Amino acid sequence: MKRFKRILERIVESILTVSGAVTTVTILLIIIFLFREGLGLFRSPAVEKGYALCVNSSNTVDHLNSHQIKEIFDYEIENWAELGGRDEAIEVFRFDEIFSRYTDEELGADYELLPDKLGEVITSSPGIIAFLPTQYLPQGMQGVKVLRSDRITPADFFGGRQWIPTATPAPQFGVLPLILGTLWVSIVAILIALPLGLGVAIYLSELAGQKMRKILKPTIELLAGIPSVVYGFFGLVVLVPLVQKTFGLPVGETGFTGSLILAIMALPTIITVAEDAMRSTPRAMREASLALGATHWQTIYKVIVPYAKSGISAAVVLGIGRAIGETMAVLMVTGNAAVMPRTLFEPLRTIPATIAAELGEAPAGGAHYQALFLLGCVLFFFTLLISVSAEAISKRNFNKGL
Amino acid sequence: MKMTIKNVLRQNRLSLSGMCNVRTAKKTLLTAAIAFVAVSANAQRIKGSDTCLPLSQQEAENYMKTVPSASVTVTGGGSGVGIAALLEGTTDIAQLSRKIKFDERQKLQGQGKTVKEVIIAYDALAVIVNPDNKVSNLTREQLEGIFTGKITNWKEVGGDDMKIVPYSRETSSGTYEFFKENVLKNRNYMNGIMSMPATGAIVQSISQTKGGIGYIGLAYLNDNVKPIHVSYDQGKTFVEPSVANAKNETYPIVRPLYYYYIGGSEATVKPFIDYVLSDAGQKTVSEIGFITVK
Repeated sequence: MKRFKRILERIVESILTVSGAVTTVTILLIIIFLFREGLGLFRSPAVEKGYALCVNSSNTVDHLNSHQIKEIFDYEIENWAELGGRDEAIEVFRFDEIFSRYTDEELGADYELLPDKLGEVITSSPGIIAFLPTQYLPQGMQGVKVLRSDRITPADFFGGRQWIPTATPAPQFGVLPLILGTLWVSIVAILIALPLGLGVAIYLSELAGQKMRKILKPTIELLAGIPSVVYGFFGLVVLVPLVQKTFGLPVGETGFTGSLILAIMALPTIITVAEDAMRSTPRAMREASLALGATHWQTIYKVIVPYAKSGISAAVVLGIGRAIGETMAVLMVTGNAAVMPRTLFEPLRTIPATIAAELGEAPAGGAHYQALFLLGCVLFFFTLLISVSAEAISKRNFNKGL
Repeated sequence: MKMTIKNVLRQNRLSLSGMCNVRTAKKTLLTAAIAFVAVSANAQRIKGSDTCLPLSQQEAENYMKTVPSASVTVTGGGSGVGIAALLEGTTDIAQLSRKIKFDERQKLQGQGKTVKEVIIAYDALAVIVNPDNKVSNLTREQLEGIFTGKITNWKEVGGDDMKIVPYSRETSSGTYEFFKENVLKNRNYMNGIMSMPATGAIVQSISQTKGGIGYIGLAYLNDNVKPIHVSYDQGKTFVEPSVANAKNETYPIVRPLYYYYIGGSEATVKPFIDYVLSDAGQKTVSEIGFITVK
C-alpha cells in the first residue's frame, strides 16, 4: 500500500516536471520562431521576390535604391537625368501590360514566347524600366540590362521613415513612424492614467468607507474585463467626435484619442496594484504618524505613499505594458496613418495595430510577412524591458523595506 | 509587494486559461463541423474575401434549404487567404473580390492544378464624403490626386477652404487593391493615409469628419454620408453610383466578384455554383446589394 502510494507520488511529480519543461520549451520555441521569421527580412531583396527590374542596355544607370524605385513607379521621378543617367523620359512598364500589347496566341500556349516579346518591348524603347517576373526574364538578349538588386538592410528597416508594405515593385519597410507612434501613444496614456489612477487608489485605500469600497473595487475590476474591441467602438463613436470638437481638429482619429482610450484601459491595473501596495502599509506605521500629531493627509503623503513607492512604480510599469501591447482599441481610434508623428493631434499608427491589420493578407514567407514578424520582435523587446524593470522595482522594495 | 505583482500575474494567467477553454470549445465545435461536413454527401467549403462573405453565406443558407442533403461552410479572411487555402487544398472554392494574380495562378499551375474562374456578381464602389460637403462631382484624375496626396484642400476641387482627409481600407482588403488599380492607376496611396479596419468604420468616420473622403461598397451606402458622382471622361459626364448605373455600365468603378475552383472538382462544386448563377441565386445577389451577372 505504502509502496503504491510512493509510486503514485513519483508519477505526479514527474508529470509536474514534464509540464513545466514543456511550457518552457514551448515559450523558447515561440521566441526562436519569431526571430527566425523576422530576421529573414534582411535576406530578402529590395525588389519583390521572384521579380526583377530591366532597362534598355543603352541606359547608363545600373543601380537604383528602393526609394528611387518607388518614386519612379509612382511617377514622381520622370527623367533618367534625375538619377544620374542621360536626359531621357522614363517609361514605366508593368508586367501585366504585355497582355494588352500582345494576344495570348502571340505569346504561345505556355507563354514560351513571352520572354522574347518582353525583350522586344525593352529593346525598342530606350527610356523604359520594366518590372518582370524572373521566370520570364529575356535571357541573353542584346538590348536588355537587368538591374542589380539590393537586399533590405537593418538601416532601411530601423531608420526608414516610410511604411508602404504593398508598394510594388519596391515595398517600403521603414518602422520609425510605427515605433514612435507606439511610444507616443503609450507614454501619453500613462501620463493621463497615472494621476487619475493614483488618486483613485489613495481614495480607495485611505479615504473611502467600507461600503463604498465594496461597491467601487469590483466595479473598477470589471473595467478590466471589458473586451478591448468594445473600448474601441466606444472610442470611435464617442471619443473621436469629442476630441475633434474640443480641439477644433480636421480629424478626430488622433494619437491623443488613442492615449485617452489606453488610459482608461490601463486604469484598473494601476488602481488595483497601487491600492494593494498602499493597504499593505503596516498599521503601526500609520498609528505612529498619527500619534506624532500628523494629520490624516500628512500621513498619506509623508508615510503611506513613500512606503508604497515601489508598488506604485510597479503599477506604472504594468500599466505601460498594457498600453504598449494593446491592439484593437488603438486600431480603431488612431486613424492608422503611418506618418512620422509631429504632434499628438494627428493620426498615427502603432506596431500592434499594424501587425493585426496586415498579417491576414501578407503572403506567408514574403518580405512583408517577415517585416511584420520583425515588428513583433521589436514589440517583444519593449515588453521584455518593461517586465525586467517591473521585476527590478519589486525586488528593490523587498530588500530595502522602509 | 511581490505578492501584488504575483496576484496580477495570476489574474492574467487565469484569464489566459479561460481563453484556452474557449479555444478548446471552439476547436471541438470546429472538429464537429468538419466531421459533419465529412459525413454529408454533398459537402463543400468556401473561403476568402470578406466582401463576398455575406453573399456566400446567404446563398449557402438558401441552397441548403432547397437541397437538404447539402452542406456548405463559408469563411472569410481576405482574398489572398482564399487562394492560399485553395493551394493547400483546405477549401473547395476560393471567393475573391479581385482577379487571381499572375503569380498565384503560376503557383497553382506549379502544383499541376488548373484553376477555373466564375463571376458570381458585380460590386460597385462608391466614393463618399461628409453630407455637409459642397462638392458632389469629381473626375478620376481629381480622385487620384486626392488619394495620392497631390490635392490637399477642398477648394482645389470646387469646395470650401477645408483640409481633405482621405480614408482608405487596410492593405489586407481586396477593396484597397481594386481601388488602387482602378482609380489610382497603380500609383501608391499617399504616405500616411488614414487606414480603417472595416468598411463600417469608414462610414462612421466620414459621417463625423467634415473634410473626409473614402470609398466603400455600394451596399454600405446610407444617409449619413454623401456619394460622389464620378467622371472617367475628364469631366464630361458625372455618373451617380447606383445599382442601375452599374448595371447599364455607365458607372465606372465596378468590379467582378469571383469564385475560383480547381479543374476536376466540378462534381462537388458545380451544383452550388449553378445555384448561385440561377434566378433564385441572383435574386439573393441583388437583395444583398450587389449587381447581378445577367
